[in-house]
Amino acid sequence: MKLYNIRFIMFTLCASLLFVQCDDDENGNVIVQETCDDGIQNGDEDGVDCGGSSCEPCVGTLDFSGTYVQEDIAGRPGVNTVFSGADNVKNMFNISVVSDRASFQPTFEETLEDYHDVYGDALMTTIDYETNILGLDAPTFTTVLAQFDALQVAPDGQTTYYDPGTGTVLTGRALPDDVIDVSLTLMFGGTTGTRFDGNNGTPQLTSDGVDSGDRDFTLPFPYLESPIQE
Amino acid sequence: MRKTKIFGAISGVGLLILATVFIASDHIDAPAVAGTTTDIADLYAFEGDNPNNTVLIATVQGLLVPGIVTENATFDEDVLVEFNIDNTGDFVEDLVIQAIKRGDSMYFFGPAQPAQTGLSSEVATFADRTAVKISTVDDVQTASNNGMSFFAGPRRDPFFFDFNRFNEVASGSVAPDGFLPPGTASDFFADLNVLAIAVEVPNSMLGSAPTHVGESVGITNLPPAYNVWVSAKRKQ
Repeated sequence: MKLYNIRFIMFTLCASLLFVQCDDDENGNVIVQETCDDGIQNGDEDGVDCGGSSCEPCVGTLDFSGTYVQEDIAGRPGVNTVFSGADNVKNMFNISVVSDRASFQPTFEETLEDYHDVYGDALMTTIDYETNILGLDAPTFTTVLAQFDALQVAPDGQTTYYDPGTGTVLTGRALPDDVIDVSLTLMFGGTTGTRFDGNNGTPQLTSDGVDSGDRDFTLPFPYLESPIQE
Repeated sequence: MRKTKIFGAISGVGLLILATVFIASDHIDAPAVAGTTTDIADLYAFEGDNPNNTVLIATVQGLLVPGIVTENATFDEDVLVEFNIDNTGDFVEDLVIQAIKRGDSMYFFGPAQPAQTGLSSEVATFADRTAVKISTVDDVQTASNNGMSFFAGPRRDPFFFDFNRFNEVASGSVAPDGFLPPGTASDFFADLNVLAIAVEVPNSMLGSAPTHVGESVGITNLPPAYNVWVSAKRKQ
């Protein structure tokens, strides 16, 4: 009863002062911009339905002018980090356009083989990249990585980087997708996907051993969890 | 002998790789942007709860530890974040959705055909515009307009990866051993936050999708797919 009264008083207070954002203490929901479209200047608005502490600033008061120049770019996860190798190449990749990346392919292929050489040397044998489960040899795989570095996003049907359950591949990147394991499998899994999977005396190179843990990917828009608090 | 070989591998190929701190996916990926307000962490693109929509999420300024660092993290008014959509298959952006901070809000423009493509952009002020108040740790704000939904603010980093072990694997320092088994491996990002920009857009606003690029390298049975990437551009 007491809580009801308090909430009623709060509601009345909010309404009477034309507050446009009233926190509902019970569930944190916010009533957004309730009066910013009522056609009158009220509250602390600078004009009709604009400005003040709650409405969008009035037209003409915001400056969006100027030229903005690229400093970072990202398509598929980890491409620049994993394949560019040297710092100067990484910097150059970030200030390149997607449609002009042919020059990065040789570096990517070299880096891919370098990763294999590290293990070849450790095992005192020769290890080269082997055509992966998508049927891509080293030049083709690194061409896809270098020159087509964007997420392919299918408007119809399931969107996933790779879903072992359905076999769907490269139709987007959903939050639960284990893109690291997919990438490692494409790099080190060979034709079967199990070439270096930690079995039969091989190093485990096709999975990093972690999944999404206790993350919740079932939330409504914006689909992301609240920040971790201390 | 084997030790020498391993050392040889590390000092040759390995050192080059070891010299750089790796953090995937795009988190602090290169020295020039690491730790700056243009540093992109990740891009996600997937079907929304409404199957007629596509969700685009960019995470930026990664590696925010909980507490004061997360609370103090802010978007930069000089940084334009652009979702780029190629719907013709030439890997040149046909549509952009732009996000830029002004005051306590994130302003979204588009989807719209950009006035120019490539490394330089201007804010598409001619396009549809929607503002959403930037969320805080405790106060979640979203906005909707024209069938689209918008969000900007701190979130838990959805990316999971045993980053420390990856550095060891990549450098060869643990060769011939590789990654650790589940239970022993550790998710570096499990307790970290990131700044997120999220848009949900009806597919009808993105045009029809081109032939999947995978078909050009012999991967079959792929559905038509947009090519999507995110860029961060700084005001000159």
